Amino acid sequence: MTDDELIWRIAGGSGDGIDSTSQNFAKALMRSGLNVFTHRHYPSRIRGGHTYVEIRASDDPVKSRGDGYNFLLALGDSFARNPQEEAYYGNEEIKPLSENLDELREGGVIVYDAGLLDTDEIEDFDERVEENDWHVYDLDLRGLAKEHGREVMRNTAGVGATAALLDLDLEPIESLMEDAMSGDVLEANLTILHDAYESVDEDYEHTHDLRAPEGTVDEEQVLVSGSHGIAYGAIDEGCRFISGYPMTPWTDVFTIMTQHLSEFGGISEQVEDEIAAASLAIGASHAGAKAMSGSSGGGFALMSEPLGLAEMTETPVVLVESMRAGPSTGMPTKPEQGDLEHVLYTSQGDSNRVVFAPGDPAEAYEQTRKAFELAYDYQIPAIVLYDQKLSGGHQTVPEAVFDEEPNPDIGSVVTEEDLEEAAQEAGRFKRYMYDGEGGVSKRSLPGQKGGNYLASGNEHNEVGHISEDPDNRVIQMNRRMAKLDAIREELDENADHQPVYGPEDADYGILTFGSAKGVAEEAVDVLNDEGHSVKAMNVSDIMPFAKAEVTEFLESVDEALVVEMNATAQFRRHIQGQLGRFGEKLYSLLKYDGNPFEPAEVVDGFRTRIDGSGDISEYNVRIESATGD
Amino acid sequence: MSVFNAIGEEREIDRDEFTPEIEPQATWCPGCGDFGVLKALKQAMPEVGRNPEESLLVTGIGCSGKLSSYFRSYGFHSIHGRALPVARAAKMANPDLEVIAAGGDGDGYGIGGNHFMHTARENHDMTYIVFDNEIFGLTKGQTSPTSPKGHKSKTQPHGSAKSPIRPLSLGLTSGASYIARTAAVNPNQAKEILVEAMEHDGFAHVDFLTQCPTWNKDAKQYVPYIDIQDSDDYDFDIHDRREAAEMMYEAEDALYEGEVLTGRFYVDEDRPSYQEEKQATGDMPEEPLAERYFDDDYEWERSYDLLDRHK
Repeated sequence: MTDDELIWRIAGGSGDGIDSTSQNFAKALMRSGLNVFTHRHYPSRIRGGHTYVEIRASDDPVKSRGDGYNFLLALGDSFARNPQEEAYYGNEEIKPLSENLDELREGGVIVYDAGLLDTDEIEDFDERVEENDWHVYDLDLRGLAKEHGREVMRNTAGVGATAALLDLDLEPIESLMEDAMSGDVLEANLTILHDAYESVDEDYEHTHDLRAPEGTVDEEQVLVSGSHGIAYGAIDEGCRFISGYPMTPWTDVFTIMTQHLSEFGGISEQVEDEIAAASLAIGASHAGAKAMSGSSGGGFALMSEPLGLAEMTETPVVLVESMRAGPSTGMPTKPEQGDLEHVLYTSQGDSNRVVFAPGDPAEAYEQTRKAFELAYDYQIPAIVLYDQKLSGGHQTVPEAVFDEEPNPDIGSVVTEEDLEEAAQEAGRFKRYMYDGEGGVSKRSLPGQKGGNYLASGNEHNEVGHISEDPDNRVIQMNRRMAKLDAIREELDENADHQPVYGPEDADYGILTFGSAKGVAEEAVDVLNDEGHSVKAMNVSDIMPFAKAEVTEFLESVDEALVVEMNATAQFRRHIQGQLGRFGEKLYSLLKYDGNPFEPAEVVDGFRTRIDGSGDISEYNVRIESATGD
Repeated sequence: MSVFNAIGEEREIDRDEFTPEIEPQATWCPGCGDFGVLKALKQAMPEVGRNPEESLLVTGIGCSGKLSSYFRSYGFHSIHGRALPVARAAKMANPDLEVIAAGGDGDGYGIGGNHFMHTARENHDMTYIVFDNEIFGLTKGQTSPTSPKGHKSKTQPHGSAKSPIRPLSLGLTSGASYIARTAAVNPNQAKEILVEAMEHDGFAHVDFLTQCPTWNKDAKQYVPYIDIQDSDDYDFDIHDRREAAEMMYEAEDALYEGEVLTGRFYVDEDRPSYQEEKQATGDMPEEPLAERYFDDDYEWERSYDLLDRHK
């Protein structure tokens, strides 16, 4: 958290173009040299319903949505002109204002579309404005847009007004518009942009101090979401087959991949259900392609059986699980980290899989690549676990993160010579023979002469015949189970997926997994600034678990707060289960109201637990001990 | 040199090559119709010119699922009802493979019904053999989707109140471009139909009547059969969808009255396969995807070029 930051919130109805407008504005801020982080809040509805996007911009690194916000652009709702508005929506047309006042900081700025919204309908509006020292600008954005183009262009008018009120250079905004549109539409938008800018400059005296922060970041940055990270990681790892069924928020990855895979000579298949989706990925991989699938909670539940099939047949596959609030269909557009145990334990028997939980878009890219590498090297399913927050939220990432060589390697596949040798020695290829290397046996691909074998979901012997022989069972089980140990060894040697943030010798710790990474790091900065001694670790290696690193971290602190977005402390239990100790040192800070943590909640949670100086009563969070005391 | 070194190999193929060292008797009961499918398939393969190593047989679960154990080729014994999604992706990743999927009536028309409908709709170039014995065999004799109405079993002690699935009609309405029914008791017809099905460029659905001597007590439940192409009583155009539909209805009704009508019911030679359709829209590469991973000269493009959109 920094003092010199802009957190701009654009609010309206779903279908108002909030998303596209905010994307462009966020890019414009990035182009002016700022770090940017976006947060999307939207209902499970196509049109109407209150939605907003927050863009946080600062010259300093931004790792979370921040606390509250300081600039509101309230657009009229698209459903204000819905013929059935009275029957269904009541007074929802004032929501872009009324729903957004609680988190607006003191001294904040409000711009609202006076052509569609009326502050008189909000009972205590004037009192609250005075109380909080808000600066209110009522602009007829719709009218302005209508005058030069179409009224939907009121977004552009709002951006023009924003730029004027923040003393922002229009050039980056204009150039983005020129990239995105052309002809009459471009002309109209540019006119509206300038008109709004100038009319604010002329008609309104700037009564506020808020200005856009000055950007000095000169590294080349790109604005991407976690879903882009995953999709681009998959492409660079040579993934050319994806199959899926639409489900929010997994659809983001599926859509990005589908839009680009044909350009890369790949295949994307939208299929009848998630069982089929995972099964297709297995079929494509079995035939020799690099393949992935994925879903969100309920859809991933259907993949449980194919997941076990991939493990038993030792078919490499990468599955993505983008978590949303559950149980069942839960809250489709709201983030939660409640599928951790589902992903860890789904499928029958002693089944094994790799699970990574990246914490930001850059990690999403890197760990998706690692997931593919491990899946194909070890012939085991690998899961990339993330959530709706990381899925749709965009963040500035150094372009250099993506400047990596492609890796089309598909792991151990027998050669013609291998097969000839096998034929001479044993009469046939032993697909599932233990060769002593981390449990991995070489595979053949359909079409290879002399390599034919049966891949079966039933227990099988080394040539692939179904077998219930007890000795064979133990050999095959041990071989498959050895993979996770070998993978852990490899990860411990080469990767550093568990970054520790803060002073090494801190007395206290904060533990997170996945998208809670940035918010914990920002909380650590605040807490250390005020005299606490705390560091944070974000754990990405969920399975095989980063035992050594987490043990070292926990041994070094007096106590640790495990921050996660679910009600039953799944991650804390996973830590305890994996390490078999530290129960007395672990406390949980839990949030499961459908919104991601804000830094202040983590700060107050920590203060409340450590010295009682915090107050979490106003938040939807809960603290509990691991020992139940 | 290509890794897939068995594909396109031109040589004399002997049916014995499709026999592995494992005995089918391990699972199948004496007199089981499944032996007929195995035999017909082994006989058909050399005629189609396919060798064991360029063939991928994907099966579901149940007695029928064991076909991949007793047939020597590349095999994939998947999970209940899911043979088709595994098979069709393998075909897409490497269209040079001869892909055959097989399962039972419970597997294919029950738990896997959704996949059947959609694979037929897409017209993937593959052969789908459904072992139809009107019973769940491996789980010991429960009522299946093709069991007749009133069928009594441990799970339907009062007799099934459900009408049976109409497999041929279901294949037709779903979009299969080749539909036939044959029976294990007629090995010559079965072999001919399997040859045609494999040579057909599209989704070939073969409803293969297999007697179950253990759970459907009458071991000769599909005797006597009638070959509709050989009989003068049935005159219809197999290329005409409406006429085919009528013929299928008649055969499906007749089956439960003891009249076993078999043969080709529908053939559409004009409809492009899914692979062709998808390649035409640019959604699928012309070269087999799987080969690319072994092509040292292939230039792998990376996502870096996409980043312009994010600046």
